[in-house]
Amino acid sequence: MQTTLSKSQPGFNDLDPGHHPWRQRLDALLTSGVSAGADLVEVFLERTDHLGVLAEQDKITSVSPSFGMGAGIRVFRAGKDGFVSTNDLSDQGLAEALQQALAMLQLSSSTLATAGGFDGLGPLRDYGSSKNNWLSSTPDIVTITQRLLEGTDCLQKRGEYLDVRRGSFARDWQEVLVAASDGTFARDIRLHQSSGLSVLAADGDHRSSIARRYGSTDRPDDLCRWDVDASAREVCDSAAKMLRADYVDGGQMPVVLANRFGGVIFHEACGHLLETTQVERGSTPFADSVGKSIAHPAVTAIDEGMSGGAFGSISMDDEGMEPQRTVLIENGILQCFLSDRAGEMRTGHARTGSGRRQNHGFAAASRMRNTYIDAGPHSIDDLISSVDHGLYCKSMGAGSVGATGQFNFSVEEGYLIKNGQLGQPVKGATLIGDAKEVMPRISMCADDLELAAGYCGSVSGSVFVTVGQPHVKVDSITVGGR
Amino acid sequence: MANTPLNVSSLQDRLQSLAGREGITQWDLGASRSSSASVQVDRGEAKQLKAAQRSSITVRVWNQQGLVGITSTSDLSDSGLEKALMGAHQASVFGNPDDVPGFSPLATAPQPDLHRPLQEAQGIQTLLNELLDAEQQLLGRHPAISTLPYNALNEGSSERIYLNSEGALRQAQRTQASIFLMARAEETGRKPRSGGAVRLALGSRDLDLKGCIDEAAERTISHLNYQPIDTGRYLVCFTPEAFLDLIGSFSSMFNARAVLDGVSLSKADSIGNQLAVPFFNLTDNGLHPAHVGAMPFDGEGTPTRALPLIREGCLESFLHSEATARHFGVDPTGHAGMGAKVSVGPDWFEVSRTPAMNTGADHLDHTLTTDTFVLIESLSALHAGVKASQGAFSLPFDGWLVRGGERISVEAATVAGDIRDLLRSIVHLESESVVTHEGVSPYVWVDGLAITGEA
Repeated sequence: MQTTLSKSQPGFNDLDPGHHPWRQRLDALLTSGVSAGADLVEVFLERTDHLGVLAEQDKITSVSPSFGMGAGIRVFRAGKDGFVSTNDLSDQGLAEALQQALAMLQLSSSTLATAGGFDGLGPLRDYGSSKNNWLSSTPDIVTITQRLLEGTDCLQKRGEYLDVRRGSFARDWQEVLVAASDGTFARDIRLHQSSGLSVLAADGDHRSSIARRYGSTDRPDDLCRWDVDASAREVCDSAAKMLRADYVDGGQMPVVLANRFGGVIFHEACGHLLETTQVERGSTPFADSVGKSIAHPAVTAIDEGMSGGAFGSISMDDEGMEPQRTVLIENGILQCFLSDRAGEMRTGHARTGSGRRQNHGFAAASRMRNTYIDAGPHSIDDLISSVDHGLYCKSMGAGSVGATGQFNFSVEEGYLIKNGQLGQPVKGATLIGDAKEVMPRISMCADDLELAAGYCGSVSGSVFVTVGQPHVKVDSITVGGR
Repeated sequence: MANTPLNVSSLQDRLQSLAGREGITQWDLGASRSSSASVQVDRGEAKQLKAAQRSSITVRVWNQQGLVGITSTSDLSDSGLEKALMGAHQASVFGNPDDVPGFSPLATAPQPDLHRPLQEAQGIQTLLNELLDAEQQLLGRHPAISTLPYNALNEGSSERIYLNSEGALRQAQRTQASIFLMARAEETGRKPRSGGAVRLALGSRDLDLKGCIDEAAERTISHLNYQPIDTGRYLVCFTPEAFLDLIGSFSSMFNARAVLDGVSLSKADSIGNQLAVPFFNLTDNGLHPAHVGAMPFDGEGTPTRALPLIREGCLESFLHSEATARHFGVDPTGHAGMGAKVSVGPDWFEVSRTPAMNTGADHLDHTLTTDTFVLIESLSALHAGVKASQGAFSLPFDGWLVRGGERISVEAATVAGDIRDLLRSIVHLESESVVTHEGVSPYVWVDGLAITGEA
């Protein structure tokens, strides 16, 4: 019996310029684009290898491998851009894609013949050279299935009233090569792995569903280090507490948001509004607020791509730029925006290594990486005891932000706070608010900063991110309930 | 850019040859190809022009033990196809012996003629000019409308193929176009407001641009005068779009896969149960003429068909794949994806009122009634605020508090409840059915829903 799934191997199809004449091909392509009158031409090449595995109850029910390749070609002229994506990486396929992108901007390689503006690709910056064996170093399929079945078995042992037990694993390997007519020439290999457990508990009419996902980047053996039993205990504990929880009464009240995934509040309430994409759209209220107070002085917020192993960390962004540690808000004062190549062109905010995209089918846009509110001086007890009547949000679900800065997110596990003490569990809460109003109300930050892995969907697709914060207190927010 | 249809015969021959060489006797393949062009604008200028060509295949292989493996790829070269076939063969070792999908018994049955003529593309410059014009018109509708932060006009074509080793061969092509306009308006000293509209058509020439502009303008302007709403329980009227969004989020109630997995509110023996009020009917009708994204067969080659899900308030049937249909002893319904574990999903919901049945609240009409009610125009964050396996929802919405016929836009608020209670608390379905881009429904009235506001 074969027990391994073959993984992509370096070869003719790989994106390593040491194995394939990519430099010559891309040089020619970029020369053609610039000669036609483009201000800048960028080519993003990608090869992917994905594996998804699902365990339900005590069986493996799905093993889903996929692999692919493609290119995204973007042409800029006078602040506008044309973008074409294709699965065809042949010379003809790439040339046709370039011509189509040029034509969008009324350019054609046959109408102009000035080769100025492109001095050839610079030296290759190969962030992937030390990562070539990462894919082959990831756990084999047998190990993956064993770990997931271990997970569902732990759920069975730790939980009660569990109708459904699931364990899942996803491995996303990506090799990218970025070349642009400003000389950028960079290669990277990314490895994101995530594993998760989820349950549905049911007892009569009472139901609760709890899920937890853990993710890392650049750690091939991460699955082997996963403390499955601790994860199962956490999931089962939450499911048991929420099974018979009452629905929360809605209204305006103070809330204390737990650390880790509680950071989704900053991600949705403010982070998206500090992307230059939003400045371009005219949809952020903070466009003219650099140097001004937009949050409570207790709030310092950071976005960076460098924390070791964090889900949003990158060696280079999808435009070939190294990431930075970007302080967005310092003591309540807005410092800067997250910017990509187009954002810098159109808004003047300097690039921050934040140009990201889901895959070659999307043009890069300014996106968050590891985004968190920095730790403060308080203890968790300080925060809870300061609330007479409010809500403690121990675990957050998903959220979103709209075109006017109104955000929302769901509370997966909540508890009432009465007279400074944690009370009964409640469910069904949704927090909604407006960034301009809520950021000044984050008045206390605890000293227990932690990060959590997540996925963020926006204009350039779904990207791996980290959210995070210490426990924070919001003085007043609308809690939607029944 | 290449926009030629997939060569089915070649694909079939190559796969047959590769499978024969590897001793694989049972396989099937789903393939898709699409090409599209889209434009976005920003205050009189092109912002981004975009085109894409995508192709992908998914191969399933049954091994000698009868277990199934799967692999997907965007690489349609010979080497890509071979790698996919071998990957699927290797993955089949991990197939679930208790739930083995098979070929659909309807994979060679006659398929419906959808009467969807392919439309010629206009080209990206025409799209750009039309969107610039639409933007200008919308900006001109009210001085407070300053930008269209989200806008797009696109056109494209796509193709789907299904083949299997027993000779099934399905191929379908379609064209589709869409326009989306979301305006943002802001008045001095007031919060910004936004409103949007979408239109779909088989081709960009057929898009109702004026209707989209009118609707986006009306939705944006009508929310400029807003007030907070008191928290409490209200008589609520859902617009067709809002109700279709809500019922669609709970489609696992009708999904046989979800039933078998234990994550549906329904059980295997729920067929016949009273789910909703007797005048409520729900059909999944992937063949509806307004469903521009319709395909004549699903991921397993089963023909698309209209399927009553709730009739006179009672659960009538589930959506099925081949495997779930076999489990329940019925025919597959044309709602399957393709996988080692096959997903099931709805096509196009059609909500209707039982003919000749009064609701008992026939005086309710969202344009005429003088009762106090909340008109919910659109729901947000369904991905976050719906707990489908629990039946619970808590969702932000845009809408109006209507008193004595006067509409006041509601500032930030949420609506919450349980879908089972909601379906049993429907007090009225208006007589006129409205065709939207995502389904058909009348305005739906529900009593006693919890609304949380900022007042």
